[in-house]
Amino acid sequence: MSRLSVRSLVKTWDETRAVDGVSFATEAREFVALLGPSGCGKSTTLRLIAGLEAATEGSVEIDGLDVTNLPPASRRISMVFQSYALFPHLNVADNILFGLSVRGVKRAEQKQRLDRIVPLLGLSSLLDRRPSQLSGGQQQRVALGRALIAEAPVCLLDEPLSNLDAKLRAEMRNEIRSLQQRLGLTMLFVTHDQTEAMSMADRVVLLRDGKVEQFATPSDLYTKPNSVFVAQFIGTPPMNILDATLLGPAWDRLPKNTLVGVRPEHIRFADRGIAATVVSMEYFGADSVVSCRIADKPVLVRVPGQPGFAGGETVHLSWPQEAQHLFDQHSGKRRDPIPDQRLAPALEFVQP
Amino acid sequence: MKVSRNLTYSMLLLLPAVVLLVAFTYYPTVATIIDSFFSTPRGRRPARFVGLANYETMLADPVFRKAIVNNMIYAAVIIPCSMGLALAMALLVNARIAGRGFVRLAYFTPTVLPMIAVANIWMFFYAPDYGLIDQVLGHFGRGGNNWLGNPDTALWAIIVITVWKCAGFFMIFYLAALQQIPPSLLEAAEMEGATYWQQLRRVILPLLMPTTLFISVNAVIEAFRLVDHIIAMTRGGPDNSTQLLLHYIYQVAFGFWDTAYAATLSVVLLAILALIALVQFGYADRRIFYR
Ligand SMILES: Nc1ncnc2c1ncn2[C@@H]1O[C@H](COP(=O)(O)OP(=O)(O)OP(=O)(O)O)[C@@H](O)[C@H]1O
Ligand SMILES: [Mg+2]
Repeated sequence: MSRLSVRSLVKTWDETRAVDGVSFATEAREFVALLGPSGCGKSTTLRLIAGLEAATEGSVEIDGLDVTNLPPASRRISMVFQSYALFPHLNVADNILFGLSVRGVKRAEQKQRLDRIVPLLGLSSLLDRRPSQLSGGQQQRVALGRALIAEAPVCLLDEPLSNLDAKLRAEMRNEIRSLQQRLGLTMLFVTHDQTEAMSMADRVVLLRDGKVEQFATPSDLYTKPNSVFVAQFIGTPPMNILDATLLGPAWDRLPKNTLVGVRPEHIRFADRGIAATVVSMEYFGADSVVSCRIADKPVLVRVPGQPGFAGGETVHLSWPQEAQHLFDQHSGKRRDPIPDQRLAPALEFVQP
Repeated sequence: MKVSRNLTYSMLLLLPAVVLLVAFTYYPTVATIIDSFFSTPRGRRPARFVGLANYETMLADPVFRKAIVNNMIYAAVIIPCSMGLALAMALLVNARIAGRGFVRLAYFTPTVLPMIAVANIWMFFYAPDYGLIDQVLGHFGRGGNNWLGNPDTALWAIIVITVWKCAGFFMIFYLAALQQIPPSLLEAAEMEGATYWQQLRRVILPLLMPTTLFISVNAVIEAFRLVDHIIAMTRGGPDNSTQLLLHYIYQVAFGFWDTAYAATLSVVLLAILALIALVQFGYADRRIFYR
């Protein structure tokens, strides 16, 4: 039921600016993913919010209350650590109850709350086990249980699924998401896996070098990337970014220094269009990714099924105009198409 | 019976260790026990079997009883004090304090000093009137103490030295164990609202238990073994007030050359140590959590 907001948060260590002016605000009960490449400052941002690191500048607010200078325990925030950080000498029940016990909650109430949370996490038969006797997924659930039992309105998770195998990860994604919704928590979820962020989150904070590159819903990130970085970070394979001058005279009317971005899945092979050479193909079952070259620049095309191209074959590529993104070559920022400049060229290639 | 090659090899590999252990541990132990039932050979009189006579002498020996009582006090104070101090110092130098490298070194110094050098340093501290302690106390009009010469204070003066000597050594083990505790565990405890003392009691101390067992075994051994400074400083005096079991054994064996009686005392020391070790391991193994 709480809103978390972060204002111009900065954290520096000597020379490194690990977090460099990060601002965003969540809605109540929102699930927000903190996404970005390794070393971009995701964990540091989370630790600043948790209070495990002191911010160099900026503030953290929960429901309008400034908690920047409060100790971690008084912020009404719970956290799941990447390594789970379960107490190895305590069994599952005592691990989950640790927080209630140190806060002096009565035994009867502890038991009541434990009984409420344990079935949600499917841990009923494991309460007497030590963490070393649990599988990775079970440990993960215990860590989640320890964070959730305090009923703190804001829950932070630092790459909680990165130690799990693919199948378990998919299961835990659903479990975490449904728990978050059932308990009405505001969750901030760190991940470097874009599919995880896209599939789970209401909104995504995309970080790069300690700065927020874009804060938007998954579909906005995909359809309206703010920059070349976002465009290439989101989606597999990444968006093709091409110099407009390569594409032929039809693109001449675009402003100078424009990059054209098209997602592999929006490009089609056609009878007319931009000439390209097939380099290689990768087959994934439902679809294939064809690597082509337009004048030495690589372009990936995703098509359904398994097309029968031979290497070195000349093909023609086209895409609908609305699938085309424009970026400034120098800043890398998105350039919204200006209607009266009539970006007609692409229209020629619109598929029926 | 066919002996497998594996067995032959394993026996051969064990041989060097077995030879060393038998020659320097088991044979002397057994020989000591046997000697304790014989009289001390003197001149042309060889040793003869005397049964429990040596043990009867021992029970009637007031010096032996004094040594046992002193040693109990010595152990009862040194073991908890040195371990507690070691833990406190380890926690301190494990924290992010300025100049912790220097502090670690300072705490560890007593350990690397030979006991004879330690004894000399403390002789200076304890010396009446011009010693460091008396000089300081002199400013408050409380000088003129002969710490080592007074039967009431001598044992305590020795105890202080032993604690000072052992704590730095034990600190190293605690420090190593503390650095094995993942910081995220303490951060998790902090997030859950645990104060420093709760973190210490509920997370740090339980995780240090295997180390504590190891150190406590060592502390017991030290409490019966560390007598070098007594030889250098008091020779068990004044009036046997600093007499400890091992020092008494040393005196009987190499001062009075009564080897049979020394063997008898050694058997008692051995029995005490074996008993304590049994209790420690038996009790602790059931209670300690090993990672
Ligand atoms: N205690 C520290 N002292 C100095 N620099 C640090 C410290 N912690 C992190 N950094 C630096 O801050 C930057 C951001 O680190 P952070 O751990 O937040 O990255 P991350 O986005 O979580 O990466 P990953 O996905 O690999 O976990 C990195 O360049 C890192 O080297
Ligand atoms: Mg990280």
